[in-house]
Amino acid sequence: MNLTLRVWRQKNRLDVGKFVEYKLENISEDSSFLEMLDILSEQLVEGGHEPVAFDHDCREGICGMCSMTINGVPHGPEGGITACQLHMRHFHDGQIITIEPWRAKPFPVIKDLVVDRTAMDKIIQAGGFITGRAGSAVDANAMPIDKQTADYAMDAAACIGCGACVAACPNASAMLFTAAKVAHMNSLPQGKAEKNRRSLAMVTTMDGEGFGGCTNIGECEAACPKGIPLDMIAQLNRDYALAQVKNFFQPVL
Amino acid sequence: MNLDSKIPEGPLESKWSSHKFNMKLVNPANRRKYHVIVVGSGLAGGAAAASLAEQGYNVSCFCYQDSPRRAHSIAAQGGINAAKNYQNDGDSVKRLFYDTVKGGDYRAREANVYRLAEVSSDIIDQCVAQGVPFAREYGGYLANRSFGGAQVSRTFYARGQTGQQLLLGAYAALSKQIGLGKVKMYNRHEMLDVVKVDGHAKGIIVRNMISGEISKHAGDCVVLATGGYGNVFFLSTNAQGCNVTAAYRAHKRGAGFANPCYTQIHPTCIPVHGDQQSKLTLMSESLRNDGRVWAPKDKETAKHIREGKLNANDVPEDARDYFLERKYPSFGNLAPRDISSRAAKEVCDDGRGIATTGLGVFLDFRDAIARDGKHAIEERYGNLFEMYECITGDNPYETPMMIFPAVHYTMGGLWVDYNLESTIPGMFVGGEANFSDHGANRLGASALMQGLADGYFVLPYTVGNYLGEQGVAAAGQVTTDHPAFAEVEADVKGRIDKLMSINGTESPRSFHKRLGNIVWEKCGMARSKAGLEEAIQEIQALKKEFWENVRVVGDADSLNPELERAGRVADFLEFGELMCRDALMREESCGGHFRVEHQTDDGEAKRDDENFTFAGVWEYKGDETVPALHKEPLIYENVKLVTRSYK
Repeated sequence: MNLTLRVWRQKNRLDVGKFVEYKLENISEDSSFLEMLDILSEQLVEGGHEPVAFDHDCREGICGMCSMTINGVPHGPEGGITACQLHMRHFHDGQIITIEPWRAKPFPVIKDLVVDRTAMDKIIQAGGFITGRAGSAVDANAMPIDKQTADYAMDAAACIGCGACVAACPNASAMLFTAAKVAHMNSLPQGKAEKNRRSLAMVTTMDGEGFGGCTNIGECEAACPKGIPLDMIAQLNRDYALAQVKNFFQPVL
Repeated sequence: MNLDSKIPEGPLESKWSSHKFNMKLVNPANRRKYHVIVVGSGLAGGAAAASLAEQGYNVSCFCYQDSPRRAHSIAAQGGINAAKNYQNDGDSVKRLFYDTVKGGDYRAREANVYRLAEVSSDIIDQCVAQGVPFAREYGGYLANRSFGGAQVSRTFYARGQTGQQLLLGAYAALSKQIGLGKVKMYNRHEMLDVVKVDGHAKGIIVRNMISGEISKHAGDCVVLATGGYGNVFFLSTNAQGCNVTAAYRAHKRGAGFANPCYTQIHPTCIPVHGDQQSKLTLMSESLRNDGRVWAPKDKETAKHIREGKLNANDVPEDARDYFLERKYPSFGNLAPRDISSRAAKEVCDDGRGIATTGLGVFLDFRDAIARDGKHAIEERYGNLFEMYECITGDNPYETPMMIFPAVHYTMGGLWVDYNLESTIPGMFVGGEANFSDHGANRLGASALMQGLADGYFVLPYTVGNYLGEQGVAAAGQVTTDHPAFAEVEADVKGRIDKLMSINGTESPRSFHKRLGNIVWEKCGMARSKAGLEEAIQEIQALKKEFWENVRVVGDADSLNPELERAGRVADFLEFGELMCRDALMREESCGGHFRVEHQTDDGEAKRDDENFTFAGVWEYKGDETVPALHKEPLIYENVKLVTRSYK
């Protein structure tokens, strides 16, 4: 198929950036979206131009590195997948495809489609862990965990930290990301000891990093490639409120 | 080159515990005087960095991704082995040890493998304590599944994303230490060389991939956990960024490279669709618990399927060849990876392959769905089925999956002794980057086990032992002011300048593709003397062409994926030659290394224990000089070498 691409080009953090149009021919419908971008890159390099910079790594939807908004939707129009899992069979000959970086204040553009997502790492560093020093663990079966709880924790833990939720949110809120991590750890018996501290520290850091507040729009859930449900935000709000009350009487933070 | 493996004395069962007792300790107050450099943030690197920081050492950790959570360990799907014997089906440390040595076709070091089996249980405990959501049974206890090369159920899993969950565990522990300031994390930094002072590894040179800045980092020792070299084949299941540069640069500075020819071709990957392809996708080996592998019995049927004239479901039972079940009745579809891959290749070479290219066989769930119901299959493999459909557009609940072998893992790596220390003193190597535990073939669900064993339970001891031996007076004495740093930095900068100044006509990616074709054709699933000799010539010519005609657009002092790739391809070119040399030297077939000259009458690998029971370790001798081969004899005191049979 033949395509017209409108791609965001921005030299560096300080550059203003603009859309540039490219024509591509003979793209196989079995190619992935990123393979199509590879072909664009080769074409640009052949002409002596710099290729489009974009983040990508595993190309199988699990590392969370790829991060682009395709025709206005983070990870593209298919839903439930990452950009690297998107295939060209979902586009048609002659289509115009617009490709932009994640747009959110806490994710400054580094170059073209590449953004800086270290703000998400900082949220985890504040409390997204269960302290268990290597060597201190008891036998794994010493504490049975009912399947429902384990499955719920797994649903939450499926988050790949790509940031699509932030990019999709008009407020650039990272609530779904934070909620998923908090839900994963707060729901497990191992994570109970640090539950209040975790909820407070992660939300505080999230706010400090410049992410917006949640106003229950739900775009995050729709954009999430791993199907993290909005309910988890409700759970986070409960855990956070409870932690604030407890913190008032017995400060943990 | 000194290849003293430093295997502790005494019976196999007590080697590790007595070694731990004999190791030097560093007292907690002194640990904060040391600085450890860890390169890589996957299971081995992330776990090592976190554990060393927990012990009190200062750690700098480097990764090329934008976050340590993205290391390629994340992509492992199926599971992690441990000798817990929770299923009461006869598992034990000894059995896991034995299965791993046998699975590796008797080319691994006994003592290392035993230690790996021994700490496997601790890994599961550790991960559960960190909140890794392993699959559980309704009673609340941990669930297990079976994996290739074993007759017990010892694999722990977290849906189809065990790697991500284990990595998130290590990443969480690492993040905590970053938050506490014990680990300084350098994202988007690529290691380009190692610095030695008085023969010991004391630092690295890295490139900031955003600003292009080259910087020097000094430490009391260096840990490399930089993964495998599967991307030398261009198409592999590895992430795009996986590369051999860190390991190869260390090799050029004096680290022996062991068994580079041992590469694993995984049997269950999605077949290649065409020449625009950039990577191959693995379908977890766990699928072979329920899926049956087959190809049509006759060429005519296969041809009709290829041409789209016949639907696989319409092929009658007696026209199907369930070739793994036929050839290996006792292991059936769970025969180890090397064996299953070769069997699929044989079928395709015989003209019975399917998929449009003829390079594919079926993995069929029809019988499992009829037996257990669609729901049960969905529970077990739902996300894998979705992933398959997403890539191919076919629904595997209705039509059988098509699979074909692809490069997946590399057993070879930097040579290390029992302490995981390379031939450069003070440089430790963990995870896939070292050569130690899998011999000539890795069993499924053992890579996660090894990465975490090295990171949580081996390196934190052996690194401490090294630092203790150096003495606290030496802590922090070497700084980047030492002239050795400036020298290596100048080398690194010179190389980048050279790449930028060639201004040829061909892209780094194109060279990479051409290299991949050579090694896949001639050093892939089947290797011959003539083919390997040709490959070496062709790679040398390609390398020459690369340095005359590569075109790197953009500049060196900003984010430049072309420059990154050019540097990696330059190393892959040299490394590819080394891999072929190793394959040429090893005049036998074992595990993932299959020499067509050395096979039994029924096409199975034929080892030569008399002449090749050693690890082949290569020493770099200069760009224009043939590397020198050294041998570490492998001594088997506990396992009897027999012909590996899964029949």
